Formats: sequence, structure tokens, C-alpha cells
Amino acid sequence: MNKKSSYRLLQGNEAVAEGALAAGINFFAGYPITPSTEVAEILADRLPADGGKFIQMEDEIGSIAAIIGASIGGCKALTATSGPGFSLMQENLGFACLAEIPLVIVNVMRGGPSTGMPTSPSQGDVMQARWGTHGDHPIIVLSPSSVEEAFHYTIKAVNLAEKYRNPVILLMDEVIAHMRARVSLPPESMVERINRVHPNMPPEWYLPYERSATGVAPMASFGDGYRYHITGLVHDAKGYPTASPNECRDNIRGLFTKIERGFREICLVDYEQMEDAEHAIVAYGSMVLSARSALEQLRESNCKVGLIKLGTLWPFPRFALEQYLPQLKTILIPELNMGQIYREILRVNAGKAVIEKLNRVNGTLITPSELVKTVKGLIR
Amino acid sequence: MISNSQLVNKYFRHNKKFPHIWCPGCGIGTILGSMLRAVDALALDKNEIAFVSGIGCTGRAPVYVDFNTLHTTHGRALPFATGLKLSRPELKVIVATGDGDAAAIGGNHLIHACRRNIDITTIIFNNYIYGMTGGQYSPTTPHGDKAYTCKLGNIERPFNIAALVEAAGATFVGRSTSYHTLQLQNIIKKAITHKGFSVVEVITHCPTTYGRINKKGSAVDMLSWQKEVAVDKTRAAKMDAKELEGKIITGVLMEKELPEFCEQYDKIIAEAQNQQ
Amino acid sequence: MSQTTTEIRLAGSGGQGLITGGIILAEAAILDHKNVVQSQSYGPEARGGASRAEIIIAEGPIFFPKATWVDIFLAMSQKACDQYSFDIKNDGIFIVDTTYVKQIPTSSAVAIPISAATREKFGKELFSNIVALGVLCEACKVVSGKALKAAISHRVPKGTEKINLEAFTFGQKLAREAQKNHNEADSEAIAADT
Repeated sequence: MNKKSSYRLLQGNEAVAEGALAAGINFFAGYPITPSTEVAEILADRLPADGGKFIQMEDEIGSIAAIIGASIGGCKALTATSGPGFSLMQENLGFACLAEIPLVIVNVMRGGPSTGMPTSPSQGDVMQARWGTHGDHPIIVLSPSSVEEAFHYTIKAVNLAEKYRNPVILLMDEVIAHMRARVSLPPESMVERINRVHPNMPPEWYLPYERSATGVAPMASFGDGYRYHITGLVHDAKGYPTASPNECRDNIRGLFTKIERGFREICLVDYEQMEDAEHAIVAYGSMVLSARSALEQLRESNCKVGLIKLGTLWPFPRFALEQYLPQLKTILIPELNMGQIYREILRVNAGKAVIEKLNRVNGTLITPSELVKTVKGLIR
Repeated sequence: MISNSQLVNKYFRHNKKFPHIWCPGCGIGTILGSMLRAVDALALDKNEIAFVSGIGCTGRAPVYVDFNTLHTTHGRALPFATGLKLSRPELKVIVATGDGDAAAIGGNHLIHACRRNIDITTIIFNNYIYGMTGGQYSPTTPHGDKAYTCKLGNIERPFNIAALVEAAGATFVGRSTSYHTLQLQNIIKKAITHKGFSVVEVITHCPTTYGRINKKGSAVDMLSWQKEVAVDKTRAAKMDAKELEGKIITGVLMEKELPEFCEQYDKIIAEAQNQQ
Repeated sequence: MSQTTTEIRLAGSGGQGLITGGIILAEAAILDHKNVVQSQSYGPEARGGASRAEIIIAEGPIFFPKATWVDIFLAMSQKACDQYSFDIKNDGIFIVDTTYVKQIPTSSAVAIPISAATREKFGKELFSNIVALGVLCEACKVVSGKALKAAISHRVPKGTEKINLEAFTFGQKLAREAQKNHNEADSEAIAADT
């Protein structure tokens, strides 16, 4: 609106919609649910003007099914939902993992379980995002901690989904989704767009699930002349169902291998004041905001505290912690749940530092002063 | 008309391991045959056909044929197909689904696809039972009939699928049986040509489960029953209610033209771009 | 929080337009080249119960997005005044709409019948939130009137810009009059003392 300033007032959900458009999303299917509905409303308005498509489905099961269908048709597809809707999407999320369909699910976490606290912040879906669908499967989960990051992580999510032929979940908490902040969005030419690799070979050569050197197979769109089969059954390189133990193993292991190869690229982690830190706060989402504020106060009173900010939650960036374990005495993990990433930290820490959690499940945030008090108590 | 060996040569996947998973005497293969003959008669390009299915015996049909084939999750073939069709309106999207897949777990998607009038052809293979899981009662199992989850008789009333989809807003409704292969082929042909959401209900038989527990005899006996109870729509019009008792009316039951979803959406795009 | 940070809370009942007011205030802060974070209570209460919007304006970075020690508070309903005035700074600015707030918890409030005055002037209370922004702008100067006017023009429905800007100016006038009366009362009190 103001041509002179590149800064805009943007809500977290608006930033997601802007990020989706910047990343080249041209298909959205969704179902209304608080607190994610703004994403659907904005994309319903904006997509057709760009030649993209929007459809409101009859439920969230249909929504994820439709974006899988659209992705198979060659679109870059995204849906946005919240806890109960995310629960409904789980079965088809597993389909997309096994059939290796690129797509992005935005899950704006609200208080749960069940209908829970529809308009209150929570981080209760961290483990569901990892293990919500049945069976062993790899998943990529990103969690933005500011409005600006909501924009950039949405782009990252789309790019990772396309590159690795895998569903990516953007896990936001309601605080980030609904807060408005001053942000500066980069011009379109500065936004990196990654497209899935399409086959160039003659159709008779094409094996839809034969992995290339990158660990990912080129993906043909339906209608492009490569007639092939996609199924939710464990399959061979041709895409046909198989019961051969070797082929089943190759299928499932292959899913993990491609994500393991990209591990470092997928893992987004930031470190703040960690160089001399003897104590660390590990945070993600809105808890990063509380932690930063606490850090400022703690450093003023000469406490050697740093912040490890997790942008990627899954695969879990264990190296982020491991490299600092030799210098850390205590680690505090504030979460708006009963302690979900806390368990991962315990696992990686393996008894080296003192691990403490600070949890809240009443629909309000953990404040900076509470963090300051807890860290000071730990240091003492 | 294309011969059987030509049909196999032209439409079956030669790099797919056979035999297929269906039981001896199953009606699914016959219905698939009618569908392929309809596709052949329309001279459609195989690259332009997307064949989508859900879960169950019917769900296994796409893997054998040489189209763009998508075997989805239980009950969800229609929303997958909806996304695919909207992303690629030039594709002819055909959905194969069973009675349990379409009318129980996928019932909500079915009625909303009808309401939306998206240009998809849905063939519902109605054999009155869940075959793959071993014979449990489905939303179309007749009242009083037996299944392995209602051995003393079904106390629920069945859906009349053709009536259901018509009420939900489908713009083409046809019905035939796996005995009437030629009639079925012609109805599927019309359904594919129809612009909008078309449903073809096919009455078929599961000799292994439904037939066995209800003592319906062999597959041939069950086909003979289909022959007996099926009454073409034009003939049925001349029969009274008493004569029609226990009969199944077949043919193109309803056909109308209403704006199609993808075409309407293209207009939305044009309007949105015009406003810019 | 550093000294250059200002925390503002607008509280009232759902439908009074205070969340829109908060968004306008935040956008004005950006036009004034300041950093800003805005959040709100959200949900069924936004359509009838006590609702609030919070705006944090700073020269430097803002970390925690919620107000914790409020500099400027606007209350437009008794319930909101009771519920959300617990963490106002002692020297904070306390603005109340006396149309609906009958019991004010402080003796140093800027007390103006915002809604009643709006109704009298414009025939309806629809513009009370914009009038309140005028009051707030005049009473605390945290954002410039110029920026607020630009933000109002951008955020209100097309075709209503002119009347909304009138409402804003009207609010500024109300605040000036209240200030004047207050000063006069003060000088009278001082005169009485001496």
C-alpha cells in the first residue's frame, strides 16, 4: 500500500499465503477451520488471478486427497488446517509419503486434544506431525517463529516437498498465525523456486519409482505421456504392488534414505549467543519470542545463556544440540505442550547436561519473566 | 467391435504380473471389459485417460490397464479424482469404486461430487458386500440377507445408489448389470461423453462371499438372476408397480445438462484476471 | 523491554471495531518507520464478549508479542475495563469511554463519552473505534496523526474513507476539549489551594 516503504503489516497466516504464492503454489484445497481459515480465504481470492485453482472440499480428508490428485496432475499444491482437521488428514498423509507425492500441509496448532481450545495457542501436535499416520515413514516438519519466517518457511516447505517428493508440514502455533508484524518481503525475483524433476527419457524407459543418484525418482504428471501406476500399496520400481520382501524393503528404506541424504539441507537451526553459553534454551515457534526476550534480561545479569532455535523439528536436528553438549551445564525446553521436543532432547543428550522442561497447556504463553526465573533457578 | 485378444493386447499392461487377484466367477473383470470396449469405441487416447480407484476388490482394477492409473485410499477415490481433474481438465477421469467404498466410507465424497457436477465418470461396482475383507454387510446389502457380520440377517435397509446420486445432483445416472455387457458398454460410453458428474451403477455378483452365505448358487446362477431381474427403462415404463416388484430398472435413468465445475472455474479465473 | 517500547491495549466488547483499530494503529506505526507487533484476543468473544487488541511499538526489535506492562490503555466497556486493566503502568495513560465504563479504577483517566458523542455527531456508533483512535492519537502522540490518517484510509471499506477521517478528527477534538477542561479543573484546584 505504501510505495515508499518496503515494509508491510502482515499477519502470520497472510504471510503463509504470500509465501505459498511466491513459491509457485497453484492449487489449494481446504476446509474451514479456526485458526487457519485466513490462509484459505486469501488463496481463494488470489489464486484464480494467477491462473491457479482453489476448491473448498467437503472435509479435510477430501482436502488432502484433492491436493494429492492435483500434485499428480503437476500442480504445486498446499492445504491449511488445524488440529482436528490435521487428524483427519493422517491416512492420506501416509499415502503421500509412500507414493512420494510433493505437497505442503500447513497446520496451525490450537489447544487439544479433540475440539480443545480452538482459538488458543498450543504446540501439542509436534509428535502427531511426526508419527500421526500409521507405519514407518519419513516426514519433514518446519516451525516458523515469526511472521517473516512464516513467509520464508512456507517457500522452503514447498521447495523441499518438490525436491524430495515428500509431504512437508508447516507447523505453526496460533500466536505466530494471528500476530501481525512489520515485515519486508523480498521481490519475486529473489525467491528461490525449486520444481520437481520430470522425466525426459522416452516413456518406455520410465520406471516411476526407480531412484536416481539423488535418491529421488523423477516424477511424471498424469497426462504427460508417461502412463504409470500410483498406489498406496508397498510397490516395486514400476509402481506395482509387491509382496517380495526385498522389494518391500527397498521401497520403505528408500523413503528414509532420500531424507537422510538431504538431512543437513532440511535442518534449519539458528543459534543466538551460544559461543560462550553454559546454559541453553531450546525453543521453536512462539516460544522463541519469549526466549529471546528472556535472553536479553539474563545476559544483562551476566548469566551465560544462549538460544538454540529449531526451525526444523523433523527430522530432528540432533547435531544442533550435540555440538554444544560439551560446554552446556543445563538446557531448558519451554513448550506449549506437556513436553514433546523435550523427549528428543533427552534422547540426544544421553545424560550429559541437566535437562529441564517448562510446559504450559492452558491456552496462554510462557512469559519471558517466567523463563528468566526458571533459568536463574536452574543456574543456582 | 474389438476382439478379446485385441482388447488384451491394446489395453492391458504387459509388464504387470498376472494373474489378477479376483476370484473365479467374479463380475469385476466383465465390467472392466465393458469399460475398455467403451473407451475403445470412443477412440480415446490412452494418455488422456486417468483411471482412479479406492480400496477393495474393485480398487484393484486400474493396476492392470495401461492408462494413467491411481489406486487411492479407502473411500477417497473421488476427492483424489476431483483434485486431479481440476488440475488437468483435459483428462478423462474415470473412477472405479465398490458399494462399500463409494456409499459407506466414501459416501460423503460421493454426494458432494454429485453436487459439484465435476466432469468425472464414476462406475460403482455393486456386489452387495465387502468382498476383499471376506464378506461383511455393506450399505447395499438387501434387508434380511446374510453376511459374515449379520449371519442372522441384515436389519439395516440398503441404499438405492442410483436414486441416491440422482437426489444428490448427479447429472447422468445409468444402471446395468455385469450380465448385460453390451448395454453396460453403451451406458459407460454415454457416461464418459456426458459433460458433468456421471454415475453408472453396475449390479454384479460375488459368488465367493455374498453368493455362498446367501445360497445364491454358482456365478452362472447369479448371472442368470441378473438377467431375470433386470428390466430396461423403456420396458419398465409400461409395467405397473406389482410387475416391477423385485425388478431392477436398467438403462440411462437420468441425464441433464448443468454447468460443469471446471468450466465454471475457468470463468472465475477469467473474471479474476479481468479485474486485475 | 527497552525505554523506546510502547505497549498499547485496546479493550472493549466484540463488534466495537477495536481489533480493526489495533490493525490501523499498527499500520500507522510502520508508516512512522517504527517496528510493531499486533495481536488480539480471538474467538467467539470477538463477537460480543470482552475483546482486546494489543500493539507494541518500538524503535528496535520486539521479541515477546504480548503486552506485559501497558503504557496506553483504552477501555470501551465495563467488562473489558475490569478484565484487562490489571497490568497498566502507574504512569500509564488510561482512556475510558464513559458511555459504557461507569466505574473507573483510577482517578487519572482521560474520561470521554466516546460512543455517545459519536452517536450524537454521526447518528450511529459505528465510527466509535475511529473516534477512539483520534482520542488516543491526541492523548499520547505515540503515532503521528498523518500516519494514522493514511492507515485509516487504507484499512476502512472503500467509499467510507472521508467519513472515517472526519470521525478521526472529531476524536482528536474531543481529546483536546477534555484536556482543556482537565487543565482548567487543575488550575482551579491549584488556585483553591493557594
